[in-house]
Amino acid sequence: MHEYSIVEALLTRVDAEARARGATAVHRLTVRIGELSGVEIDLLATAFATFRDRTICARADLDVRTVAAAWTCPLCGQSIGRGAMLQCPRCGVPARLAQGDEIVLDRIEMEVP
Amino acid sequence: MCDTCGCGDPEVVPFDVHENILAGNERAAAHNREHFRQRHVTAINLMGSPGAGKTAVLEATARMLAGRHQLGALAGDLATDNDADRLRKAGIIAKSITTGSACHLDAAMVHRGLHDLPWRDVDYLCIENVGNLVCPAIYDLGQDANVVALSVTEGVDKPLKYPVMFMKADLVLITKMDLLPYLPDVRSEAIVDALGRVMPRPRYICVSAVTGEGMDRWAGWLEQLRTGQPRYEVVHQP
Repeated sequence: MHEYSIVEALLTRVDAEARARGATAVHRLTVRIGELSGVEIDLLATAFATFRDRTICARADLDVRTVAAAWTCPLCGQSIGRGAMLQCPRCGVPARLAQGDEIVLDRIEMEVP
Repeated sequence: MCDTCGCGDPEVVPFDVHENILAGNERAAAHNREHFRQRHVTAINLMGSPGAGKTAVLEATARMLAGRHQLGALAGDLATDNDADRLRKAGIIAKSITTGSACHLDAAMVHRGLHDLPWRDVDYLCIENVGNLVCPAIYDLGQDANVVALSVTEGVDKPLKYPVMFMKADLVLITKMDLLPYLPDVRSEAIVDALGRVMPRPRYICVSAVTGEGMDRWAGWLEQLRTGQPRYEVVHQP
């Protein structure tokens, strides 16, 4: 249940940003979560709904964008199929995770008087 | 204030951040790493399921390195001091980090733990994470290497079920090899095959803290981690 500590870090970050800009409320947060980030989206949403109370995000929506995992060969660019050995069958080199490990805060939409 | 139509509604302003939500932890981890580098302490984040044999591996490691290297340990434990107690009896300078209900260690907890430990006197600092194959994987602690203990009694498909943990591992210790003869459905080749599907650079050593199997190779890996690039066993494609 590390999703709770992720939400805690998220709220701290957003609070600092909102204060710096004199915002009175936050309407929406957009986050990007990768399939191989180790974060469960449902748990993240539950944790957010629980912890946003009495913060500047109390009425904010959490917009979660998921990113599918993609492994590719760093030499020839060939994509490595799901569940396959993580080595390029042609070049024999270890695959690289092109995307899918993101735990990123992309955007804050806040109310500025 | 909305000054387009004069309605008096406050203005909603989008602000782009594009920052890792765990950036605060990353900064704390970088701080720990700098401490370790300055004092030439090699730090290992040892992870694995509850009961994978993390503490037993560290006890056996201390016996093996006795007289050559001093080991230190921070043991993440939900409620007890038992692991640190066992480690101290094995000659390791050890302290518990009691996490309460927290399912993982983070870099700030490790930093606070360092205040209670004469960590500057050790060659290797082993951070024994909370037994858990999910949460600890995403927190950088400032370690030089992530090592995951995976016991043969856990079956062959743990890497496929917990890919993030194994993807982040620099080395997997396949533990409790002495029990393999009693497990007719477990073949170490199947574990190694599963590792190759979640680790782009699959590296593993089969060990037993009871018989000492593989411990010399583990010691060699630790030595090379301290002095340069470790040599690894590579999984060959079937």
